[in-house]
Amino acid sequence: MSWHNTPIALMAKALAAKEVSSKELTQYFLDRIEAGKQWNAYLDVNAHLSLEESNKADQLISSGKAGKLTGIPVAHKDVFVTRGWKSTAASKILAGYQSPFDATVVANLGIPDENNPHGAGMVCLGKTNMDEFAMGSSNENSAYGPVLNPWNSAHVAGGSSGGSAAAVAAGLAPIATGSDTGGSIRQPAAFCGLTGIKPSYGRVSRYGMIAYASSLDQAGPMGKTAEDCALLLSAMSSHDPRDSTSLADSGEDYGRYLNQNWKEGNSDSAKPLEGLRVGLPKEFFAEGLASDVAKSVNEAAKLLENLGASLVEVSLPKTKLSIPVYYVLAPAEASSNLSRFDGVRYGYRANEYRDLNDMYAKSRTEGFGAEVKRRIMIGTYVLCHGYYDAYYLQAQKIRRIIAADFQAAFNQCDVILGPVAPDVAWRLGEKSKDPVQMYLEDIYTLSTNLAGLPAMSIPCGFNGNNLPIGMQLIGNYFSEARLLQVAHQYQQASDWHLRPASEVA
Amino acid sequence: MKLDDVQRIAHLSRLELNQAEAEAVLPQLQAIFSLVEEMQAVDTTGLEPLAHPILFLRDLAQPMRVDQVTESDHRAENMQSAPAKHDGYFLVPKVIE
Repeated sequence: MSWHNTPIALMAKALAAKEVSSKELTQYFLDRIEAGKQWNAYLDVNAHLSLEESNKADQLISSGKAGKLTGIPVAHKDVFVTRGWKSTAASKILAGYQSPFDATVVANLGIPDENNPHGAGMVCLGKTNMDEFAMGSSNENSAYGPVLNPWNSAHVAGGSSGGSAAAVAAGLAPIATGSDTGGSIRQPAAFCGLTGIKPSYGRVSRYGMIAYASSLDQAGPMGKTAEDCALLLSAMSSHDPRDSTSLADSGEDYGRYLNQNWKEGNSDSAKPLEGLRVGLPKEFFAEGLASDVAKSVNEAAKLLENLGASLVEVSLPKTKLSIPVYYVLAPAEASSNLSRFDGVRYGYRANEYRDLNDMYAKSRTEGFGAEVKRRIMIGTYVLCHGYYDAYYLQAQKIRRIIAADFQAAFNQCDVILGPVAPDVAWRLGEKSKDPVQMYLEDIYTLSTNLAGLPAMSIPCGFNGNNLPIGMQLIGNYFSEARLLQVAHQYQQASDWHLRPASEVA
Repeated sequence: MKLDDVQRIAHLSRLELNQAEAEAVLPQLQAIFSLVEEMQAVDTTGLEPLAHPILFLRDLAQPMRVDQVTESDHRAENMQSAPAKHDGYFLVPKVIE
């Protein structure tokens, strides 16, 4: 049985029917991880711990206490602190760090116990590679080496959740968690041919998710299908008193509309999306978009139209400005969040220093990578007296315009459709010399983080070199279940998401 | 932005850059800030800064947590990753002579 091509929705059925045990599934994926090291998708694997968890999951199943996801293996992005595994955020400054507690996401998905009675019973396969502190769009900023794209190992996997994306695409995990501050779930999902969703800000607890830019960071699932993402997101999302930005009413069945028609009362199975208005922002199809990406996204729009949806042109006039706004606000928040790394309480400490201040500076200088240092310095600069109003506050004011522009667009449509990224996965090293070039690649994903809106990446084609293309669906606040419904209906009528990655055995 | 600014913000960030590193990072930061300058063309008169997406949804009241002790003593676990410790304290270089 090729479990690595099996969606978790089917895996759950096989587990419930006792056709396979959690231990067998876990061993299957551990073997594939061992044989698939060339992608550099994982930073820490501990077979003993994973198998121990699978035994507990099997006990839950045999005693009739299993939930929907009990026994299914999952890989966690290394941004989520995880007891037992190392938690490093792919930084040298956290090399070897062992967290004394689990991130809420890890606990929500993990094996239940007396302290965590609502755990979904999933088995942790290990921690996936990422850009250091989630700062990057190619996964080349990891202190532990880049992740390679399972569709073509000369190309990047995308970032920052590149390890999670490559792990699922290479069949080294059936599904994985990711985090998205400016596109870090959607872009690697697009580059690796996966489905991923960044929910509305506040849906998933940030407790134990190593902070990059707190007003933008949001966790979500990366998997093979919209249905799988709905299953994982439903288990990840909950109100968490430990996160002051966790929404009071978080936690719902995000899969509840999957197999329904968009419009209530419509029973036409050929036109399930009748009544759905899809907005195409003209700024997302302007100069800079690769022609084969534009072609695939337009074909996807056509397919949605064939399924009954209507297409309308909308405008998000500040799309280009989302880049400078993001690259002021995210570094500002990062410079503050990363001040905790001082070599005192945890993490790396330099070997030689003169005094306390020198110890801080040397530990940070030796512990952080180049991109992290750049962003800390940008953030420090924009928060400086004399620049604060012109940069930081001006960016926050434009952020309000960007959020309002989305509301104007949602007066004309129910969901917004566009590309995830201007092009497919680029070659390793192609953009790493010039940070600005890399930042420009984030143009279509940044604005939803600034506004706090939910957005998805869904496979919708390939370019001439057989590299995956992703389309982005953006919804209004708290419309995740509706986004997943549209994505699921699209996936019932297409097979882009089912194609196996070319280099994967 | 000049080389002096780079060294000043590096110091404020508690980062060290030697001359060659500062010279290498300067044009990168200059390029980033020329992108950032594009923001100045936007008229934002009368707009409130938006620090946080939840502030945009005014009708969403964030719940306050009950003010009660929920955590027990985790001193030993919390200190296990300390680079230097002694008798349950974090060790740092001498600050006061």
